[in-house]
Amino acid sequence: MLDSTDSYVTDDGRTIGGVVMEMKNITLRFGGVVAIKDISFDIREGEIRAIIGPNGAGKSSMLNVISGFYVPQEGQVMFHGKPRPQMKPYEVAQQGIARTFQNIALFEGMTVLDNVMTGRLNKMSSGLFAQAIWRGKAEQEEIENREKAEKIIDFLEIQHIRKTPVARLPYGLKKRVELARALVSEPSILLLDEPMAGMNVEEKEDMSRFILDVNDEFGATIALIEHDMGVVMDLSDRVVVMDYGKKIGDGTPNDIRNNQAVIDAYLGVAHD
Amino acid sequence: MFYREAGDFKTSYTDDNQTFPIKFDRYRYYVVLTVAFGIIPFLINDYWANAFLLPFLIYSIAAIGLNILTGYCGQVSLGTGGFMAVGAYACYKLMTAFPDVNIFFHVIAAGGITAIVCTAFGLPSLRIKGFYLAVATLAAQFFLVWLFNKVSWFYNYSASGQINAPERTVFGVPVTGANTEAWATYLFCLVFLAISAIIARNLTRGMQGRKWMAIRDMDIAAEIIGVNPLRAKLSAFAVSGFFIGISGALFFAVYLGAAEAGDSFGIQKSFLVLFMIIIGGLGSIFGSFAGAAFLVLLPVALKLVGVDFLGWPTDIVAHIQLIIVGALIIIFLIAEPHGIAQLWRVAKEKLRLWPFPH
Repeated sequence: MLDSTDSYVTDDGRTIGGVVMEMKNITLRFGGVVAIKDISFDIREGEIRAIIGPNGAGKSSMLNVISGFYVPQEGQVMFHGKPRPQMKPYEVAQQGIARTFQNIALFEGMTVLDNVMTGRLNKMSSGLFAQAIWRGKAEQEEIENREKAEKIIDFLEIQHIRKTPVARLPYGLKKRVELARALVSEPSILLLDEPMAGMNVEEKEDMSRFILDVNDEFGATIALIEHDMGVVMDLSDRVVVMDYGKKIGDGTPNDIRNNQAVIDAYLGVAHD
Repeated sequence: MFYREAGDFKTSYTDDNQTFPIKFDRYRYYVVLTVAFGIIPFLINDYWANAFLLPFLIYSIAAIGLNILTGYCGQVSLGTGGFMAVGAYACYKLMTAFPDVNIFFHVIAAGGITAIVCTAFGLPSLRIKGFYLAVATLAAQFFLVWLFNKVSWFYNYSASGQINAPERTVFGVPVTGANTEAWATYLFCLVFLAISAIIARNLTRGMQGRKWMAIRDMDIAAEIIGVNPLRAKLSAFAVSGFFIGISGALFFAVYLGAAEAGDSFGIQKSFLVLFMIIIGGLGSIFGSFAGAAFLVLLPVALKLVGVDFLGWPTDIVAHIQLIIVGALIIIFLIAEPHGIAQLWRVAKEKLRLWPFPH
């Protein structure tokens, strides 16, 4: 068993570091409904961690707990070994946790470039007055961050649409812009909520490639929710399986494939 | 055929971040500035200054202010008239309390005071949205007008309940009071408008503008990527209040000369400025100018055509004006929610290819 500070090297030669985030006995209730029941798992630095489960298992709720949108009734979120105090979603973002949404949540009235630049907002500190006269620090920051944004835009191959308003883009490109907006903030953990929902095979392949590249080139730690089993098994280092708000499996894709509880949850179980 | 951007390549992000990235547009902007500062002051007369130019300049500032709040940050406000009254009364109190200070600073300080008041009335926006916020700002409108009528300290206990602008000069030339000349008042307002427009443009093209637009387009996503909704919304109220306060101060001190809160800054004023930005274009600085020009010129044009040319009675023309404005609002909301500014953009896009189909 690995210790929380140990690191190891995967079969394909990537180094997975110590634990960045640990969920300790999280329980989340909405009135009488228990969405998440006593779940614990951890996310290690540099790994791709998948959360899977049937519909209504509580995956998105789990992601919302991590991004600070829901506050669990019981349990703790440990970030870099320290318990994270209750904070507003924008404070969580300032700590370096970025996410994408299941239903695209881009700013429709803005161009692709502005959407991506918005992702840099925690890196910019010039005040209202400096920005009003557009001199000195404000202008300099704008240029520096534009360079960073352009790098991500290049990387995700959306240069040709950078000045297009997002509302005019097709679905697949919107998903990519959303990934760009999350990625450009150089997050320590990147949360992807169904990055491949509603895509065709070709788009899924593109997106999978991007996710692997993001992990490889930027060393980003990724936690993702996905329904496509093939994708999950190929991409992820470790998988958490949830069902009815409970954790029923946790381990490498191979462990999960042979886990009886997981097979039962997905294929059903004979009651005899 | 109208290749404005042909051969105009950008080699640095500074070039690309300019207010007018296309050379042709930049030259057109310089031409407009030259005409506005260098030619109009020599041609101006009292009729054109009072009927069109001064109200256009002053309402443009108010429209820019409201556009930042409503068009960019998505917070509907019906309190513009009340906030203009704050600017006017603040300017009046400052002018009478510190007669030695240049009026230029009085107007800016009036803007600052309005920004504070506007921020205070923006606090409900943290909890409520849309129509409900509009009603809350409506309360601000009525409360502020009531306050300025009720508390006689605001109008220095004058018997008429009015505020009257004393004569003040800039570089020895009177800009307020009875003995002003058209070109001086025009230039005084133009300077404020030019500075306001540049500041508004700088704020909206940078990170502050992106935060506002993020809140407008999807406030939950904005918060999750790190926008502090409290600061974003209140800063929009503050900046908007600053511009609206300046326009209120100019409207009273330079244009009207004498004002009374209920008559000059009533609910009609709030709607007028709101209509300007709806017709001109929400979320566009150019749209603020276009909307203000349109709604200021419309009565003048109607009077020229209806009363002077066709010989109709004045009251009928006034009613026709109401009908036209109402119809235009409905047409714009249905057919082109982004207003004249969008029509302008579409026209430019079409002209690029005209007369070829592709």
